[in-house]
Amino acid sequence: MTHAQQAARFADVADVSARLAAAGYLPDAQIATTVFLADRLGKPLLVEGPAGTGKTELAKALATATSSDLIRLQCYEGLDEARALYEWNYKKQLLRIQASQGTDGADWGDLHDDVFGEEFLLSRPLLTAIRREDPTVLLVDETDKADVEVEGLLLEVLSDFQVTIPEIGTIVATRRPMVVLTSNATRELSEALKRRCLYLALDYPSAEREREIVLSRVPELAPALAEQLVRTVRALRAMELKKSPSISETLDWAQTLLALGLDTLGDDEVRATLGVVLKHASDQTRAAAELRLN
Amino acid sequence: MADGGLPAHLDGFVRAVREAGIPVGISAAVDAAQVLTAVDLLDREQLRHGLAAVLLQRAAQRQTYDVLFDLWWPLSDRPEDDADTEPAPDDGSTDAQRQAALAAQLREELLRRLLDGDEEALRRFARLAVDQLGQGQPSPSGQSFFSYRVLRALSPDTLVSQLLDGLLGGADRGGLAEQVARQTVRERLAAFRAAVEAEVRRRSAAERGRDRVARTAVKPLADQVDFLRAQSADLAELRRSVAPLARRLAARLSAKRRMGREGRLDFRRTVRASLATGGVPVVTHHKPRTVHKPELVVLCDISGSVAGFSHFTLMLTQALREHFSGVRAFAFVDSTDEVTRFFAPGADVADAVQRIGREAEVVTFDGHSDYGNAFGVFAEKWATAVGPKTSLLVLGDGRTNYRQPGLPVLADLVRRSRSAYWLNPEPARLWGTGDSAADRYARVIPMVEVRNAAQLAEFVTTL
Repeated sequence: MTHAQQAARFADVADVSARLAAAGYLPDAQIATTVFLADRLGKPLLVEGPAGTGKTELAKALATATSSDLIRLQCYEGLDEARALYEWNYKKQLLRIQASQGTDGADWGDLHDDVFGEEFLLSRPLLTAIRREDPTVLLVDETDKADVEVEGLLLEVLSDFQVTIPEIGTIVATRRPMVVLTSNATRELSEALKRRCLYLALDYPSAEREREIVLSRVPELAPALAEQLVRTVRALRAMELKKSPSISETLDWAQTLLALGLDTLGDDEVRATLGVVLKHASDQTRAAAELRLN
Repeated sequence: MADGGLPAHLDGFVRAVREAGIPVGISAAVDAAQVLTAVDLLDREQLRHGLAAVLLQRAAQRQTYDVLFDLWWPLSDRPEDDADTEPAPDDGSTDAQRQAALAAQLREELLRRLLDGDEEALRRFARLAVDQLGQGQPSPSGQSFFSYRVLRALSPDTLVSQLLDGLLGGADRGGLAEQVARQTVRERLAAFRAAVEAEVRRRSAAERGRDRVARTAVKPLADQVDFLRAQSADLAELRRSVAPLARRLAARLSAKRRMGREGRLDFRRTVRASLATGGVPVVTHHKPRTVHKPELVVLCDISGSVAGFSHFTLMLTQALREHFSGVRAFAFVDSTDEVTRFFAPGADVADAVQRIGREAEVVTFDGHSDYGNAFGVFAEKWATAVGPKTSLLVLGDGRTNYRQPGLPVLADLVRRSRSAYWLNPEPARLWGTGDSAADRYARVIPMVEVRNAAQLAEFVTTL
């Protein structure tokens, strides 16, 4: 690595697991190893997987575990440089120019330097993350939603961690942020972007891990009920549904059972609360038929 | 480890991954070497996940990668320290009897471990079972192992009812509890079978060399599976790739609409906004563009010869219906019928395919493809379906059973449509051979070879 070596945030893989767990996120071996490597190799982490498998949650937990601040760039169709990187505050610049019109002898050079100064720069998430002195986690959320041009912009920023503003000069990161990109894989990200990142495919967790997650997030739930809940959710995921229940929906379901004071998950209970995990009418009909609820 | 030590070994592994169809660039290979310095090499799982993080770019590649990883970085051949599975003592009984007794004993243990659900223990048991039951006849080329021997001796599928009893814990059969338990049983049995196969591969690799095993053990990626040869398991896998593909196609079609993001200048709003900046129009406002809705007509051959392909394309049609209202689907064998009504949003594709076979009038004569008649019926009965705003998509192999191909009718349809494509699941070199009229069709309509999901995805991006 040619760039200045950053002090490592984590000692080893076990350290990653322990600190993420302390931040309320239970990683499996794959997640912990990949996060550790992202830190060691100084590379951005690209997390891909279906909605609701804890991609954004991982970035938040990382920020907590490394006592960093989280800066989030939410991608959407039509996101552009002005929203992602920086923008000049035109209105304020205009006011400044108009204000100086009255005073005589205002030199154009001075005015130009003044108008394109720090004061008139609107810093957007990418620039903010690069300029910060404090430890930072930069989350680029739902990268696949953004247009292809934004990927080019990200490439530039993520490979060198520097931004060139023509009027000011090049701003180099004094302290490299830890970067997490998430994607729902609605479209294939470009090879160039993937090459610069470590790739982590997040899928639904194993039964055992999901039970642990449920119990750690909803500790009041009886372990036997959690087991039953997780197995039911897995049966739902095995069906061909429009939208498989995600981890967050499992947690919602656990909360619901708790709120309703139910202590078993039988036919009636599932039928009454199926709406918490399945949000399409056709999915509900299908699940009810395949689980023989009637 | 081979000569050349760890770097050479890693290089061999990277090359094997590449050969399996996963593109690994030079920079990724360099990163892989760096991973070796960062992770704890004694922890095999860390190495597995660490290398995966730099070598893979898509979730679908993971299965192939895991098979190769197990071959290149195998578990050591340490003797099992399970004390409770001593091989049966030699008490003079015949070989077959001893084998049967051993199988029965292991079967009981398998039941116990499946009920328990501890994956690590199950994997260890699979290794033991292969060792004890999987040996084939010793041949001059060495000892070989077979997974079918293990699975036949233990016949795990017959344990299902006992497993259900165990998991339900005395509760009644039927209803939700049983369905959930069944799913758990399915998962655990699949895990056991996979573990047995992995162990057999490992042992074969030790005997026959891992390159040979790697070539046969690695299944093609789901999007590389040939439509015409797809098994039902492949189709289930393919089904998962359909939704993203449809989304991409939809995005593709609507991206064209978005070109030049904004429409004409909205003068009134721009002037109104300029008041905030002292009359200088800093920000311009534009009128939104009028949205043009693409119309798509899908004409799909559903005869037996292209069953796998048509199933897939019908799934795609269904997925597209969720994005566009203007999709109309027509199916034909020797006659054509509109099948749009079977694809209401939310309908099940497997259901729809069955209902089409039952209810749609796609067969009038003998159930063999007759493209000429099918096109004729379509052009006659649904003359207005194809107009200047319509994209026409014909799906089929173009095998006419030596009947009239109906070229003029198709040419007329193509002329009337905005754009038209024919997707053919046969390799291009077979077009025009035998009863295929694909080469003649290709003269009147752009024909694209689409043998697998990857080629379909490629076609979509060139639209």
